[in-house]
Amino acid sequence: MSVGKSVKRIDAFDKVTGRAKYTDDLCPKNALIAKVFRSTVAHGVVKSVDVSAAEKIPGVIKIVTCFDVPDIKFPTAGHPWSTDPHHQDVADRKLLNTHVRYYGDDVAAVIAENDIAATQAVRAIKAEYEELPFVLDPLEAMKEGAPQLHEDQGFKNNVLAHSQSGYGDYEEAIKTPGLTVVEGWYHTPIVQHCHIENHLCYAYEEGHKMVVVSSTQIPHIVRRIVGQALGRDWGSVRLIKPYIGGGFGNKQDALYEPLCAYLSTQVGGRLVKLEMTREETFVSSRVRHAITYHITTHVKPDGTFVAQRMEGFSNQGAYASHGHGIVAKGASAFSQLYKSELATKADVYTVYTNTPTSGAMRGYGIPQVSFAIESHVDNIAKKLNLDPIAIREKNIMPVGFVDGFSKNENYYPSHLQCIEKAKAYIGWDEKKKQYANETGPVRHGMGMAIFWYNTAVWPISLESSSCRMVLNQDGSVQIQLAETEIGQGADTAFAQMASETLGIPLEKVYVVSAQDTDITPFGTGAYASRQTYVGGFSVKQTALALKERILKQAQEQTRMAPFNLDIIDGKIVRTTDGRVLMSLEELATEALYSLTHSEHLTAETTYQIKTNAYTFGCTFAEVEVDIPLCKAKLLNIVNVHDCGTLINPALAQAQVHGGMSMAIGFGMSEQLLFDEKTGRPLNNNLLDYKLSTIMDHPHLEGEFVENPEPTSAYGTKALGEPPACSGAPAIRNAILDATGVAIDQCPINPHVLFASFKEAGLL
Amino acid sequence: MYDLKALYEATSVANAIELLTAHPEAKLIAGGSDVLVQMREGRLAGKELVSIFKLDELRGVSTDADGTLRILPLTSFSHITRDPLIQEHINVLGEAVDMVGGPQIRNIGTIGGNTCNGVTSADSAATLHAYDAIMEITGAQGVRQLPIREFYVSAGKVALSHEELLTAILIPKKAYEGYKGHYIKYAMRNAMDIATLTCSVNVKLSADKKTIEDVRVAYGVAGPVPMRTPSAGAAAKGKPVSAQTIEAFGEAAKLDVNPRTSWRATKDFRLHLVGELAKRGLREAIKLNGGEA
Repeated sequence: MSVGKSVKRIDAFDKVTGRAKYTDDLCPKNALIAKVFRSTVAHGVVKSVDVSAAEKIPGVIKIVTCFDVPDIKFPTAGHPWSTDPHHQDVADRKLLNTHVRYYGDDVAAVIAENDIAATQAVRAIKAEYEELPFVLDPLEAMKEGAPQLHEDQGFKNNVLAHSQSGYGDYEEAIKTPGLTVVEGWYHTPIVQHCHIENHLCYAYEEGHKMVVVSSTQIPHIVRRIVGQALGRDWGSVRLIKPYIGGGFGNKQDALYEPLCAYLSTQVGGRLVKLEMTREETFVSSRVRHAITYHITTHVKPDGTFVAQRMEGFSNQGAYASHGHGIVAKGASAFSQLYKSELATKADVYTVYTNTPTSGAMRGYGIPQVSFAIESHVDNIAKKLNLDPIAIREKNIMPVGFVDGFSKNENYYPSHLQCIEKAKAYIGWDEKKKQYANETGPVRHGMGMAIFWYNTAVWPISLESSSCRMVLNQDGSVQIQLAETEIGQGADTAFAQMASETLGIPLEKVYVVSAQDTDITPFGTGAYASRQTYVGGFSVKQTALALKERILKQAQEQTRMAPFNLDIIDGKIVRTTDGRVLMSLEELATEALYSLTHSEHLTAETTYQIKTNAYTFGCTFAEVEVDIPLCKAKLLNIVNVHDCGTLINPALAQAQVHGGMSMAIGFGMSEQLLFDEKTGRPLNNNLLDYKLSTIMDHPHLEGEFVENPEPTSAYGTKALGEPPACSGAPAIRNAILDATGVAIDQCPINPHVLFASFKEAGLL
Repeated sequence: MYDLKALYEATSVANAIELLTAHPEAKLIAGGSDVLVQMREGRLAGKELVSIFKLDELRGVSTDADGTLRILPLTSFSHITRDPLIQEHINVLGEAVDMVGGPQIRNIGTIGGNTCNGVTSADSAATLHAYDAIMEITGAQGVRQLPIREFYVSAGKVALSHEELLTAILIPKKAYEGYKGHYIKYAMRNAMDIATLTCSVNVKLSADKKTIEDVRVAYGVAGPVPMRTPSAGAAAKGKPVSAQTIEAFGEAAKLDVNPRTSWRATKDFRLHLVGELAKRGLREAIKLNGGEA
């Protein structure tokens, strides 16, 4: 009765009126303020830290340095814990580090009575370093003799991990006669999430518990990591997650919660708040992995791919965080999006460098690999003089394909359906003709790209979701999940699902939005575009369990058999004749206050998910390129997605718009830059980092193909990250179409256009 | 919270000069959209501030008896843009400052602050240079005037002593009468951005609109301070309105600039833009003045 409708977000009123409480709204105003003193070298060993001047500043309570913290290394990635030591995340950092590995690494922390004293103290601290050579590029970092970041943990030549994947015998396959070889190198930049709310948290001790309130996507995971980092029992840590102002994967990591909690223990458990500045967020939280790809395709004259080879070099930055998962996911996309006739072979490396730590970011490696693959496919089409859509249709993953590892199955011709819809919206055929023979300084072009994605993380990691529902006197319910609302509208989707399965009106469903690990059922939080898919299972299972209990109670109150009863629109209905026997309110009130059999009607279940679903789509783009001005203007852009059944079409649209915006920035303007001589970040602020504004976007069109996902509780599958995946290569391919210039790096900003047009002789 | 040692609010121009004299370390603050940013960054942390923000006597645009346009320094960008005198005589200045930051910044930021920062990328700078603005400066000794080209000394430094205030920006009648101008801000974004290069061109045409009687062009970010390019002017002055003149104008502009390579842009790219923006600016200015380009 509610699923599939564009109902208003259940948190809309509180958010637009400013009533919704975020971490800083909740923090008592007498909190002590913590600030981090950061390294001003890209690589080195801290020899000494002089805090004498800083300690004299009025209001400074305590200064802790890298020489004071526990000798415990801990992992930070927001992955479910693995009880198998071989599958655990790499633990390679301490709360503060003597071996500093990037410009901005955590060396010391000040606790002061206020923000100004803390800031002044950080400026007054002096550190001495033994400077070490540093390396910013993963290919350089892999060479013999390169500076070593984590050699002590066995990571030789900075390689955190290397994996191989694919099928068939590549070396044999390329001997097939009559093949054309197309080879290219593709580069993607370091970018940052730029969520509106910078990460912050506060911590205090109460009873025997360490309480941490944090702007995080993953409360139960951060609880575990705070326990690990501080050497505390995990149950002695209580993590609370209020509303958050965006995360996009950056907050799918333990950021400063462990340090903040530790600092509280250093001042007797007093309340300590640690809030990152925007400048710190750019450098000292997480960034997207910059990845360099080398792709070679052996292709028949008709465009059939026979064999494909990929090498990927992923810039991990200073610490492991999410590590190899990102480039490895891209390798799966490479071997599955298009099916070469004979063989595919991928070697991917994740490499430490002296740059900020790369972690999860919307798309988890797929925006990077999509840029490489989809640029490459257009390069092939150009070389063979084939239509870019026709060559894709020829090689695309066939319907019926089943992945041997995940058992994911491609049930529908989703890509082709999405492409048809996008073509119609943007007027592809007409405009391709219209723009075909332009020669002036201003030219137009059409480009497109598709993407591969899969929902959630099964079978690589645990997938489990727990839900609790409690029936109130008035027939309303509270529902609780560990799956988090991070702005995407998860709470609204869960409420719609619960309403649907319980048979009660949406306004009778109250979602407890905040997670508190002492109260909320266990689950691992928001990531991998999994909330509606994974949460859907536990919502449905729990709703069915509660419904069963309600109908059993109804049997007591009405004498009717439960199998002849149903809940429809908040009423107990006898299905045999459709008669309304009582309202749910009457039933619930009687159940709670009965003098003969009082019963608190609740349900709580865990569902372990052992499936996963492909999710596909495309972007089509139209650009106008002013060659002498070195500017590309995006005139039109459309994304079409098959994310299964839409739970809430309006929210789905919003999700697509946000992802498209990120893709436009990734493709055209965003890039974190570093000084080659010092490793210092150059543009870690929103003036110099070119996040696009509303003035830089055309209308963003999001459309859908709704093929119900057969494995899913409500027919739905991933939509959180996919909208960010195919935009950049579509824009790149449109610029190629307009100018004939193939640019194999992003962002394609005016600097890049100037250099490329000069090289191509257009300027 | 700002790390502010003290705030002294001036009650008059004379009082502001007294306060600056009494507090030799103090920094002057107007709208605060630059000063407070620098205070947060640490560059001005712990400083005393002398605020002139409440001096309404320094707000507004008027004309002197001789037709000189008098722009008072505390006039906000959004008021400059909407001012009828500006729109009538030097509309390009209103368009230029309408490209500063976003709406909030344009409501608080002032044209005086924009120039006194001495920043080459300031959106008012190229146009004020292109119109030969005169800076009126008030100090304990009285009032003095300085051409804007002498006002900008070096990156971030203007010809104001600690105890002096900019009290007006003057555009003489002969500098604006008959001219129409066009401003181009070349940036990576269409809003909320700092310019890679700015270019302001204005032109005066013959009565039949066929000949360029005079043309002036100035740039921001083509060097450490905003600058005029006299070679470009020479190449087009007295010439017929034609594609050839426009082309020569753009090429000549490159002779007078010496941009540098930084992480923000390469020298080659900036030089290319110097020529391209000059041509586009001139073409638009000619059109605004009724010519055909």
